[in-house]
Parts: sequence; C-alpha cells; structure tokens
Amino acid sequence: MSPNGFNFGRVVRLSILSLGAVVFLAPYIFMISTAGKAQSDIFTSSLNLIPQHWFYVENFTKAWSRVHMPTLLFNGVIVCLMILVIQVVIAIPCAYAMAKLKFRAAKAMMVLVMLGLLVPIHATALPLYVGFDRIGALNSYAALVAPFSISVFGIFLFLQFFRAMPDDLIHAARLDGMSEIGVIARVIVPNAWPAITAFSIFSVVAHWNDLYWPLIVVSNQAYATPPLGLLYFRAAEAGDDYGALMAATLIITSPLVGAFLIAQKRFVEGITMTGLKG
Amino acid sequence: MSALTLTNIQKSFGGNQILKGVSLDAQPGEFIALVGPSGCGKSTLLRILAGLETADSGDIVIEGREVSQVQAADRNIAMVFQSYALYPHLTAAQNIAVPLVMRRLTRTQRIPFVVPLMPGHRKAVADIHRDVREMAASLKIDQLLDRKPGQMSGGQRQRVALARAMVRRPAVFLMDEPLSNLDANLRVHARGEIVELHRRAGVPTVYVTHDQAEALSMADRVAVMIGGSLLQLAPPQVIYDDPQHIEVAKFVGQPRINLIASQVEENGIIALGAERCVLADRSLPADSQVTLGIRPEFVQVSRSGEAGLPAHVDRIEFLGSEIIVYCRLDGIGETMIAKVTPAEGAGLASGAPVRLSASAEHIFVFGADGTRLASAPLAENAIREAVHG
Repeated sequence: MSPNGFNFGRVVRLSILSLGAVVFLAPYIFMISTAGKAQSDIFTSSLNLIPQHWFYVENFTKAWSRVHMPTLLFNGVIVCLMILVIQVVIAIPCAYAMAKLKFRAAKAMMVLVMLGLLVPIHATALPLYVGFDRIGALNSYAALVAPFSISVFGIFLFLQFFRAMPDDLIHAARLDGMSEIGVIARVIVPNAWPAITAFSIFSVVAHWNDLYWPLIVVSNQAYATPPLGLLYFRAAEAGDDYGALMAATLIITSPLVGAFLIAQKRFVEGITMTGLKG
Repeated sequence: MSALTLTNIQKSFGGNQILKGVSLDAQPGEFIALVGPSGCGKSTLLRILAGLETADSGDIVIEGREVSQVQAADRNIAMVFQSYALYPHLTAAQNIAVPLVMRRLTRTQRIPFVVPLMPGHRKAVADIHRDVREMAASLKIDQLLDRKPGQMSGGQRQRVALARAMVRRPAVFLMDEPLSNLDANLRVHARGEIVELHRRAGVPTVYVTHDQAEALSMADRVAVMIGGSLLQLAPPQVIYDDPQHIEVAKFVGQPRINLIASQVEENGIIALGAERCVLADRSLPADSQVTLGIRPEFVQVSRSGEAGLPAHVDRIEFLGSEIIVYCRLDGIGETMIAKVTPAEGAGLASGAPVRLSASAEHIFVFGADGTRLASAPLAENAIREAVHG
C-alpha cells in the first residue's frame, strides 16, 4: 500500500473530512459571499453563492464609514493584549510555585484552582458589575480587563507543563546563583514557549470574540470591543443592511483568521504541547 | 581547617529515616567518593549539602562558615547532575557562562540590550567570554560551543556540564553520578579525566556513585554509606583491606567477598578448616555466632591434599588475566568464590573435587551485629606453617 495511492479507505477518510470542513466553513463562506451582495441580491428567493453584482467596495465602505472601525479594532487589540500579558505574568509564577516549590498551602491552593475552573464568568457577573458601578469604573479598559487578569485555566495549564520539567534543571539554576524570580525568567519561561503559545491562543480567541462581558460593563462606544461594536452597528445603523453588516464582521474576524494562517504551524504545535527534549 | 564538615545530619521523609546521623569531613583539595547501593541516602546527603533539601538536624560547615540556613545560591557550591541539567534553550557557551553571568554581573548589567555601553560592563562580558573559551579548551569542547544540548551526544553533554560547574571556583564541587549515563568505554576514560581536572582545580570534591570500582579508583577517601548510615570513611586501600563492617566488605570488591557463618570456640578461637585465628577480645562467649569473610583472591584452590575444606567446582569464568572459580562447599552447601591465576586454575573443570583454604591472616571476623572484630592468626599456626614450608 503506497502512502500516496488512492485506495478505498483513504477516499472515505478524505471525503468525511472534506464534508466536515465544508459544514464548518459554510457559514463563513456564506458570510464572505453576502458581504459582496447588494441589498436586492440578498433578498432574492434563490440562494446564490456568487453575487450577481459585485458590491464588495460599497459594502466595505459603508461598514468602514458608519462605525468607527479603527477604534473597535484598537480597543480589541488593547483589551486582548492587556488581558493576555497580565494573565501570563500572574499565572506563570503561581504555577511555578505550585509545581516546584514545597509549601504547606500547596494542596489547598490546588483545590482553589480546581474550584475556580468550575465557576463561570456568568455566575460572578452581577456582583462584579455592582462593584465596578460603585467605584465608578464602568466604561473603562479597567472594567474590561480586570475580571480576567487571573486565569485559573492559565495557572492550571502552566502547572501541568511545569510539572513535567525536570527538577534538576531548577536545582542547577539555583546552584548557578539564580533567585526564584531568576529561575522563572531565565529557565522556566524560555522553555515554556509551547505552553505560553497555547495559552495565548485560548486567551486571545476567547477575549477577542467575547460579547457577554463588554455588553455588561460598556455602554460608551469609545470603549466598545469589536463584537460589541458590531452589535451597535446592527442595532443603530445597519438595520437590515446585511451586506454591510457582513462586511463589518469580515473586517473584525480578519485579524484572528490572518494570525492563524500565518502561524498555523505554531498554533498546532502549541495546542498539542510538545514536551521538552533533553 | 577542614574545607567541609558535616555533623550528624539527619533526614526523614514521611516517618522514613533516610539519613541516620551522618558525619563527614573533607580536607582542602580532597576527593571524596560517597558510595553505596541505590536508596542508601547518598544523593539525599549531597542535595542537603548543596542546599536543595534541608536536613531535619545537623550542621554543615563550608570553609568555616555554617551554611545550614543559607540558600543554595549563596553557598558557593557547584554541582554536576546525573541528568546534566543543561539549559535546553541555551548553547553550550551560554550554558557555561550562566554561573559567571549570575555572579559577576550586577542585576542591571544582566538586562539584555539595556546597558551595553556602560563602563566596566563590556570588560566584564569580555572576561566571561574569555573564561568560557578557556574552560572549553581545557575540556576540548571548543567545537561544541555553538550547539544546543539537544544536538550533543551524552558524552558531550557531560563535558559541558562539567565545564559549567568548573568555570568558576566554588568552595566545594559536588558530582551526582555524572558518569552513569555514559557507555562503559567512555566511563573509564572520563574517570581519569575527572581526577585530572580535580587535581588541577584543587577544589574539594564530593562524588556520589553506586559503582564501587569508580569510587576506589578515583577517590582520595571513600565513604561507604549503607541504609542511611556512613559505615566507613577511609582511603580506598583501607576500605578494601580493612573493612570495619560486614556491609562494607560485601559492597566493596568484585567478585564479592566470601562469607561463611561460624562459631567462636574456647578462648576466642575461630577455626576455618585447619586455619585458626584468635579474637583480640577473648571475652566473647563460646558458641557466639560470627561471620568470616575472605576475599576471593585469598582463597586457594588445590586439586589434591587433605588440607582445606572439601568442595566441588560449580562454574568457571575465564577473564583472561584471571579465572573466577565458583565452588560449592561439601556439606554446608555454601558457595565460595576464588580468584586464581590461569596457571593455578589450569585443568579445573566443573564438577571436579577440590580443597579450599585461606591463610588465617586474610580472614575477617564480623560479629553478629555486622561490626568487625579484631582478630589475629593463631601463633601455633604460624609455627606449623614455618615447619611445613
């Protein structure tokens, strides 16, 4: 059986995979198609993938001019970046301490982390909202970022990764004269890039696409994140102008899609989390 | 002044006593091998010494400074790990430079790109580069400096780990089975190299190994640890020729020592065949249980004659310069191992009846608790030997 030969099993496998891919991609493809259709084209009874009149330029101009797209994208980048950086800066030392240092509360902290994994943001949303309201911090980057600054998921992920690192490596670092912070900065982090990449993907994707929390704490368009901006656009401007709406959606999803296409290999590596090699 | 003194170190893990009060000292420039079977606590002792574990009790003094409460980073100790523990993300040169960077540069100088123009900084960095290159040259690893650990063989990694430990002058040098991951040929070669490097550096060294041959061949003094206790600390020859405990005698020497259960007769006399020796302490009551130990090279195998214990040859191993003869004592059924020259062993075949004997001066007597009992060959015996020849 040659690896490239077309035998029956291979054909079946590929067909199933292709069918799955088409199903998953269909909405996005349809979105791309709709973004290029004129209003009349969208509301015809027939379902065409190829627009009858190419309306891309008009729709994109409309999307770009009616909402302040640069602000949305800028907010998205700022919020995601701040969340990611703070999460990593907090989670890595936490996970290191729990994985490699011996202290009495380690077990209790492990239980707390597990508990934290079980509590969804929706459960704590109301008290958090009231809190931000009291200190007058609604409609700010702080309100968008602060609730996510400690990621128990991140701590858990790094914890698993650090446990697999050899103890001798850390012992050697200590004997070489490093403080615990030095060990983290010079030994742990440079060897934890696969885990950090994986976590970054999860974090950025989740917070770029998050609508729930921004919807709660932001009512001022100046602080709107991309999904929230889209919502305003739909409610206030577009109405039933689906062509422009789809064009706006395309713009907003493009950074993530682009990032994925550029760093595809890294993404897969990060998610499969290859271990350390000697 | 000792370079290193450990006093009564104790350590338990979950009610399991790993170290039962170990004391050890090293003179300046001395090479001490800490040897024992796996699980005897030797690696734990090394880790306590390095500051990677804390002892439950006991004192550690390095160059006159009590360091029990001092962090590992501040003890000025260098260590080579069994797994080498090289930083996988750094090249060999960077690995070797780490201890120097951490100790010679200030915190701000260590920040990359920030202060390359600071006065003094460039010189410090240049000095580090020079020292790394010198160290690499002396270990013949210059050609590896740009490689990462993942691109090196086991032997090369071991050298880089040695270089990283030796590049600065530590107060004490610790090695945790650094040769156990190498193949046999390389290991023998590396032994000689480590001894040579130690002699040049002159830093007191504690070398942990489970290989008694390695310990005997490398060390100035050998510390034999069994079951969490240090049983004997002495030069290699004394450890071999004059073991103070039955476990030491059993652990050291290849093939292992012959042990025969025996009893004390009247007046502290112990008999083995025609040979007799007498205990220095004659107060031991008759019929006390003792164990006699005889090194294989002192067991004489004769094919004829009446002297000696009757036995049959079980198996013969030909090793070129010597022959190992495994014999089974008639009656008792115990196995005795004899090491003989090819000339002496010529014509021996398995199943052949032989007589085994050993002169009394080569018999060690161990008491029921395993400690060595002082003994001497009985005088009459010496007289008879002189008469016969």
